[in-house]
Amino acid sequence: MDSFFLGIYSAFAFVGRYFREVFKAPFEFSELRKQCYAIGVKSLPLITLTGFVTGVVFTKQSRPSLQELGAVSWLPSLIAIALIRALAPLITALISAGKIGSNIGAQLGSMRVTEQIDAIDVSGVNAFKYLVVTRVSATTLMIPILMMYFAFVGLIGSFLNVSIGENTSFISYFQEAFSPISFLDVLTGLFKSIMYGLTIGLVGSYKGYNATRGTEGVGKAANLSVVISMFLIFVEEVIIVQLSGWLR
Amino acid sequence: MEKNTKHIITDEKIIDINNLYKSFGNLHVLTDVNLTLHRGENIAVLGRSGTGKSVLIKIIAGLLTPDSGSVFVLGVEVPKISEIELRALRLKIGFSFQNSALYDSMTVRENIEFPLRSDKNQKTTKEKLMMVEEVLDAVGLLQTMNQMPSELSGGQRKRIGIARTLILKPELMLYDEPTSGLDPITCIEINNLIKEVQERYKTSAIIITHDLTCAKATSDKVALLIDGKFLKQGSFNEVFSSEEETIKMFFDYNFIN
Repeated sequence: MDSFFLGIYSAFAFVGRYFREVFKAPFEFSELRKQCYAIGVKSLPLITLTGFVTGVVFTKQSRPSLQELGAVSWLPSLIAIALIRALAPLITALISAGKIGSNIGAQLGSMRVTEQIDAIDVSGVNAFKYLVVTRVSATTLMIPILMMYFAFVGLIGSFLNVSIGENTSFISYFQEAFSPISFLDVLTGLFKSIMYGLTIGLVGSYKGYNATRGTEGVGKAANLSVVISMFLIFVEEVIIVQLSGWLR
Repeated sequence: MEKNTKHIITDEKIIDINNLYKSFGNLHVLTDVNLTLHRGENIAVLGRSGTGKSVLIKIIAGLLTPDSGSVFVLGVEVPKISEIELRALRLKIGFSFQNSALYDSMTVRENIEFPLRSDKNQKTTKEKLMMVEEVLDAVGLLQTMNQMPSELSGGQRKRIGIARTLILKPELMLYDEPTSGLDPITCIEINNLIKEVQERYKTSAIIITHDLTCAKATSDKVALLIDGKFLKQGSFNEVFSSEEETIKMFFDYNFIN
């Protein structure tokens, strides 16, 4: 029981240290840029594929129900609402937890067990700032961008499906899609993905930075990074949906 | 004090440790440890695996905090200073890790340049290159500059690890098992390198080892750490010729193995 509470305390101390260090000079811009590239650009193929498939499949699956109600014309609005409010932030976050979270956990974990983090520390460089602050900031910055990209690709996938089925033009599809979208929807989607990015970066970094026991510890850090990130993403989803419901 | 033909040992204390205790849970790793290292001096800390040798140098470098006792390094009490002061102190300390701890994702050149980012006097690319070439030349591995750590042998990795610490021209070197896992010829090369570093860069050093040849070849003084306590300190021959049963057992064990 003691170790459980110590673990909670150490996790909160880690988060607190991130917020203390992130606004403090010197800033590791070159490392941040490198991490943004690794996290953002290198995730694009996966996000493109999943976003496109989500758009196509969701459109295909929704059409029969709307046809029964005689409301096929609502298809673009339905897809856009679903993508921007829920699917894009959530699916992007879950994919990122698997791809990016595990990568951060494994990378920092192996650096910890091979004493590379100690080596950074003893060379007078702030290892936390260099390794953790840059990675967490990169996930916080890049996951909202990936989320928007996911929503865009999803809508393109949906448009292609709709244009084949209903012969709709590009402009009329997107006019229809965006008409029910409010500023609050976009803001909530962005806020969610910022929170998910922060969570994925912090959990992956915390688990990797504190990894122990050799290669077994590295595997455990990577695995727990994914599991805990996903769990927290679902908890945050429920909370943010509730909060945005009250604001609506 | 003692004077060597190639290096001078002065009275100035570089490290001064008094009544140091460190435990991990119920495991008492260091018990009442006292150690003094003078400027220009190399001390080899000998002992079997798990006796707290690495813990001792990690405390000296501020990577671990002691339970009690005082640890002065270059006139500063390490456990009591702020993180910023500790980072400034670390610029004067070179730490050579047991497994070299080279950054996998960087080339040899990038590895060696890395500590320069903490140097307040920002260098140009050309200046950095010259500094890298100088330390690579000092360890005899100039040709590996653009290689990745995974392409190097164990001995080369150790040398590059030492070169990385030399780039900031440290006053104090901490070597953690510099010859472990190396063949006898490479061990001799590393021992020679440690002596060269002492003479060329005028460093003082703590050499953590269980290798008697390394201790004899590289140190001015030996401190024998058994079960978290220094049983004897002195010249290699003084410690080696001790009649104490535990010390004799340690040396006998090492010779048999």
